[in-house]
Amino acid sequence: MNVHEYQAKALFRDFGVAVPDGELATTPAEAETAAKRLGVPVVVVKAQVHAGGRGKGGGIQLAKSPAEAKQRASEILGMTLVTHQTGPEGKLVRKVYVEAGSEIARELYLALTLDRASECFAVIASTAGGMDIEEVAAKTPERIHTELVDPLVGLQGYQIRKIARALELDAPQSGRLDAFLRGLYRLFVEKDASLVEINPLVVTQQGELFALDGKLNFDDNALYRHPDVAALRDPEEEDPRERAAKEIDLAYVGLDGDVGCMVNGAGLAMATLDMITVCGGRPANFLDAGGGADKAKVKEAFKLILRDPNVRAILVNIFGGIVRCDLIAEGVVAAAAELGVKVPLVVRLQGTNAAEGRKILADSKLDITPAETLREAAEKAVAAARGR
Amino acid sequence: MAILAGRHTRLLVQGMGRMGQFHAKLSREYGTAVVAGVHPGKGGTTIEDVPIFETVGEAVRATGANASVVFVPPPGAADAILEAADASLELVCCITEGIPTLDMARAKRAMCSSPTRLVGPNCPGVVVPEQCRIGIMPAQITRPGPVGVVSRSGTLTYEAVDQLSRLGIGQSTCVGIGGDPVIGTNFVDALALFEADPETKAVVMIGEIGGSAEETAARFIRDHVTKPVAAFIAGQNAPAGKRMGHAGAIIAGGKGRAVDKIAALEAAGVAVARSPAEIGETLAKHAAGVL
Repeated sequence: MNVHEYQAKALFRDFGVAVPDGELATTPAEAETAAKRLGVPVVVVKAQVHAGGRGKGGGIQLAKSPAEAKQRASEILGMTLVTHQTGPEGKLVRKVYVEAGSEIARELYLALTLDRASECFAVIASTAGGMDIEEVAAKTPERIHTELVDPLVGLQGYQIRKIARALELDAPQSGRLDAFLRGLYRLFVEKDASLVEINPLVVTQQGELFALDGKLNFDDNALYRHPDVAALRDPEEEDPRERAAKEIDLAYVGLDGDVGCMVNGAGLAMATLDMITVCGGRPANFLDAGGGADKAKVKEAFKLILRDPNVRAILVNIFGGIVRCDLIAEGVVAAAAELGVKVPLVVRLQGTNAAEGRKILADSKLDITPAETLREAAEKAVAAARGR
Repeated sequence: MAILAGRHTRLLVQGMGRMGQFHAKLSREYGTAVVAGVHPGKGGTTIEDVPIFETVGEAVRATGANASVVFVPPPGAADAILEAADASLELVCCITEGIPTLDMARAKRAMCSSPTRLVGPNCPGVVVPEQCRIGIMPAQITRPGPVGVVSRSGTLTYEAVDQLSRLGIGQSTCVGIGGDPVIGTNFVDALALFEADPETKAVVMIGEIGGSAEETAARFIRDHVTKPVAAFIAGQNAPAGKRMGHAGAIIAGGKGRAVDKIAALEAAGVAVARSPAEIGETLAKHAAGVL
């Protein structure tokens, strides 16, 4: 789960991670009041959307007076911000964060995440702050320092000293980094974060350290034990179909083709998209109905697939292990009848209770095309989507 | 011989809820010795003819269980894995999906010095055809034979096994290693076991986008595996930045792409199926000399 910059910074503050003063505003007037209260010569008005690259898209503006902050906020609020992370459709800006400006001496990079290869946490630090870190990694990997942290032992003092050296900090700054990193690590572990990224981490003219930006992702699997974090979720920022899927416990990713898919299991669902592509078609979505798929869930999955107006055929591919094909078949029949599915429907059932499932489909007298193998199912669905 | 399990396996089930009971029954019907269940609060009772214990230790002492399958819900699953390790079982296979990454990172680290081998979590388990079923796989699609199958996916494993069986090619052991970011047995571990197993003549490996486990496996195959390996990588058409169901299946920062994994495997001499419908045929062709 993703949160906004202003929410990340509030958590940073709670854990003793230094951030500039700032306030949230949803109207230009609120932005003006916020700027007045901050009482600094320069404030920054920042669009709050779940996407990086906001500055380049015009979503971050400087203001030298409260009146100017109001003006900038009126420009940003309500704009559709397009960045390299939003896709061409962009994101509507509903909130801005008004933050005290900093006198920046240096821009650094700091992140904390799981390193999958070592199965340890990794602190990633670089003197190349304010840039795309993936580009830095590709072009100047020597500017990136990675410190692996044993999850049982935790972040150690010597590791912080190594990072401070890598970031070329002086003694007082290194002391500030110690408090900063310990707070960040505690936040990461106590709140089950999956990624904390601070880009840039700035050193000010006065030698202070501040998180100028803050990206915070949380492990969805751990939200059950952090109701405070779960409450930070902003449904407006999520794809409406993916949001609807999440509410009924299905994994859904919208794509831009015309063959709708319902599959059990993530691997088979990905393979089904691959198969459709091999057959010359284009999948409309990824949908993993999961291990608990039953009649009710199948119906909800169909509703979700049919919300996409581009869908011209639906492919149901079930390999029953934990899932029973007869229950899926009942769901398909009920959904097709009750929802009045107008597009061609190709159903492949294999594994647990497949024979019973196929019989239910055949007995239903509905116009459902059965398929035996993965290839046959994909070929038939692709042909159906093309109107053949 | 096979890897991980077999006729010697005496299975205990941790978490005898609806799922645990259902699959304990299926495993027993398949011929697996399901000797005990562990379900705190239900110790001393019997469910589906399986004696239930309060702790893994008690179950092991009373029944001689040497392997466990975990169906405990996510909040207690890592605890259940560690309890199995504490009792020094040979194998613990965790089916549970949705365990917090932090819990698994710690549990994995804590098991470094344990003799217990972990398979999973978020995996379908292990089947040794006609000998032993641990987990949730539809064992009826398997048949005994010379091919080892190892996979990050659940249902895609069934697809691959089904293709092999339909071609008349049996399996020595089918292992699902799970789709989470932190797992116990990984591709390299399974490949090493298959390489050392005299009954396994060839291997099918099913990977997917995300992480770098397939690239690591490719290097291991190049340097240490003499048996023919066929592979498939799921997610060739997955968009970047989207989590495709599995917690670990995500292309992030230009890393974890299918095309790079395929290239690494092919460079290591692995025959990679371009379509998921050709996994069986690809293996049959590539391993024709040894099957």
